Amino acid sequence: MTQPLIKVANLTRIFDVSKPWLNRIIEREQKQYLRAVDDVSFEINKGETLALVGESGSGKSTIAKMLVGLLSPSKGAVLFDDQPMRMDTSDEMQELRKRFQMIFQSPYASLNPRWKVMDIIAEPMTVLGIEEDQNQIAKRVDELLVLVGLSAADGAKFPHEFSGGQRQRIAIARALSANPEFIVCDEPTSALDVSVQAQILNLMRDLQDELGLTYLFISHDLSVVRHMANRIGVLYLGALVEVAESKALFKDPRHPYTRMLLDAVPDLEMAGREHKEIEGEIPNPINPPSGCTFHPRCPFANERCKNEVPKPVQTQTGFAACHGVEEGRI
Amino acid sequence: MTNPLLSVKDLVIEFPTRFGPLTAVDTINFDLAPGEILGVVGESGAGKSLTGSAIMGLLDPPGRIASGEIWLKGERIDNLPNEAQRAIRGRRISMVFQDPLTSLNPLYTIAEQLIETIRTHLKVSESEARKRAIGLLDDVGIPAAERRIDDYPHQFSGGMRQRVVIALALAAEPELVIADEPTTALDVSVQAQIIDVLKEQCSERGASVILITHDMGVIAETANRVAVMYSGRIAEIGPVKDIIQNAMHPYTVGLMGSIPTLAQEEDRLVQIPGSMPRLNDIPQGCAFNPRCDRAFEKCRIDRPDLIDQGTRQVACWLYDETVLAKGKIA
Ligand SMILES: Nc1ncnc2c1ncn2[C@@H]1O[C@H](COP(=O)(O)OP(=O)(O)OP(=O)(O)O)[C@@H](O)[C@H]1O
Ligand SMILES: Nc1ncnc2c1ncn2[C@@H]1O[C@H](COP(=O)(O)OP(=O)(O)OP(=O)(O)O)[C@@H](O)[C@H]1O
Ligand code: SF4
Ligand code: SF4
Ligand SMILES: [Mg+2]
Ligand SMILES: [Mg+2]
Repeated sequence: MTQPLIKVANLTRIFDVSKPWLNRIIEREQKQYLRAVDDVSFEINKGETLALVGESGSGKSTIAKMLVGLLSPSKGAVLFDDQPMRMDTSDEMQELRKRFQMIFQSPYASLNPRWKVMDIIAEPMTVLGIEEDQNQIAKRVDELLVLVGLSAADGAKFPHEFSGGQRQRIAIARALSANPEFIVCDEPTSALDVSVQAQILNLMRDLQDELGLTYLFISHDLSVVRHMANRIGVLYLGALVEVAESKALFKDPRHPYTRMLLDAVPDLEMAGREHKEIEGEIPNPINPPSGCTFHPRCPFANERCKNEVPKPVQTQTGFAACHGVEEGRI
Repeated sequence: MTNPLLSVKDLVIEFPTRFGPLTAVDTINFDLAPGEILGVVGESGAGKSLTGSAIMGLLDPPGRIASGEIWLKGERIDNLPNEAQRAIRGRRISMVFQDPLTSLNPLYTIAEQLIETIRTHLKVSESEARKRAIGLLDDVGIPAAERRIDDYPHQFSGGMRQRVVIALALAAEPELVIADEPTTALDVSVQAQIIDVLKEQCSERGASVILITHDMGVIAETANRVAVMYSGRIAEIGPVKDIIQNAMHPYTVGLMGSIPTLAQEEDRLVQIPGSMPRLNDIPQGCAFNPRCDRAFEKCRIDRPDLIDQGTRQVACWLYDETVLAKGKIA
């Protein structure tokens, strides 16, 4: 049995989205809270890719940030190799930080425009104190540039001299420079054209095979996720509604929201397909619906769904949080 | 095509610069039949939006039509005086943009905006216009249209706003709707709804659609024909099914292979090496030749025009009769 490298237990993050104090007094309003991530638990095995999918605002980036210690959970915990992830600068945390990295969606925002590419790539090595010898660093940067399909000469250039896809390669080289075991990728190809996306996705899979990396891969694009993930978690309004092995999820989605998402994806192979009419939009997360938060849009909703929050029910390769599945009517 | 609604002939769009003009759209030709939906795909910078704006008569200076003609129902429209062009814009041709807020004025209610558009273009009374406006909102799926029509844009969700924009685009009963990435800014589950509404309402009114998008899946499910653009030119144009099932232009072949699909699991995506050239760096001959695995001598010298191939046209020397006759290609 493979070991879980990451354990996430009951992870919850609540944001205070109240208006300023004075406005609240004048307008006689209560404080308002937004439950961006709601009691999320999962594990990621060594060498595995777990994907999180969900629509805008479902909490994907918030989970990603908590996983790498950029944001503190309101409740719950993240364990990296059985050590708790914290935001402090203790020695243990610094040691832990060497073992993971993050790649962001925008290859424009994540690279400092005033730095040369070689300095951008070298930064994690120097900051985390992994290498001090300048020659060694330069050598490693050259290797990394070649590894991600650029050339050593590109190190002397600035980010603006590169296309979007090339910048994302630089971001990947940077993430790899400290030899991490685990990389959180938050929509790494969403800003790219499909042909460039294919280059980056292929590269990420090759690197995983070569270096034995573990990925948390975040995307709103189900076909991309299908291509990348071993297992998939589906988020709706901050909660994990279904987790399953990739094959099983696409062949036999159990949760009604997963089914709806799959049905909504425009797909090449399905020219001329009639979509099932999907009702409604994502509700306001500040004031989510009672019971199962999906019930206003769910064709299978009943009284119980309106009142009672569904608990995860075991499925063939994971779980689904749905009364209908539990009751055997879906 | 007998009596096309729209004919674009040898359209060239340029940007003047200190170093001479940059050609962003280079000799584009296509026809659009009444009631037809033409999809336009291609990577960022291929010239999709510029083509749409030129047809709409909304090209932002310094961009300009350097040569070529645009005909609407047998009438040339690209060289009309401003006044006459304005009369066509909004009335006979209308546009839906990516961000619904660019088309809606935040300071006016939906009713005010719809009624104004209707009355600018059609001779109807205020009360008749209001009646039509409510009917339009109803058609595009705004619940309780009669009540919601007096709301302001900010009181609608993103998906609802895009429905309003579609209603606005249809208000003057146009013959052609140009939709430029109409769903890119929306949630996945809402995208399919919007595409459905656009398709259904245009076909009910007999309006033709030019649907510009990055998403080949959307085109597969929506369009009759597709134009694949590369580096300011049309690489291949023809019926959607034919092109998806059997792409002929090497760029289209690469593009199709690079799209991950839901229907099948592929180990590696097809990868087109390199990236699309910049405007100031377009190679001689076929613009795709540095990336094309089938390029031969002629490709590096002469630029191919569209060549008839049954139901479609392909701009590639592989399909040129004299080249084929000489047996130059392995
Ligand atoms: N710092 C913050 N303060 C208040 N609310 C926040 C904050 N960060 C995120 N949120 C809210 O938390 C919810 C989840 O946001 P998150 O960015 O995690 O979503 P996401 O799934 O990554 O969406 P997207 O696909 O748009 O990137 C959203 O409703 C968002 O508005
Ligand atoms: N004002 C401008 N000045 C100079 N070049 C411009 C200007 N506007 C557009 N271009 C160039 O014209 C080319 C075509 O642009 P266009 O907006 O039509 O691309 P597109 O295919 O719609 O791309 P996207 O998918 O990113 O919207 C691009 O290379 C772009 O950089
Ligand atoms: S719990 Fe009820 S409302 Fe929620 S997804 Fe299941 S059936 Fe639908
Ligand atoms: S013309 Fe030549 S370079 Fe261009 S796509 Fe055809 S084979 Fe390739
Ligand atoms: Mg996000
Ligand atoms: Mg565009």
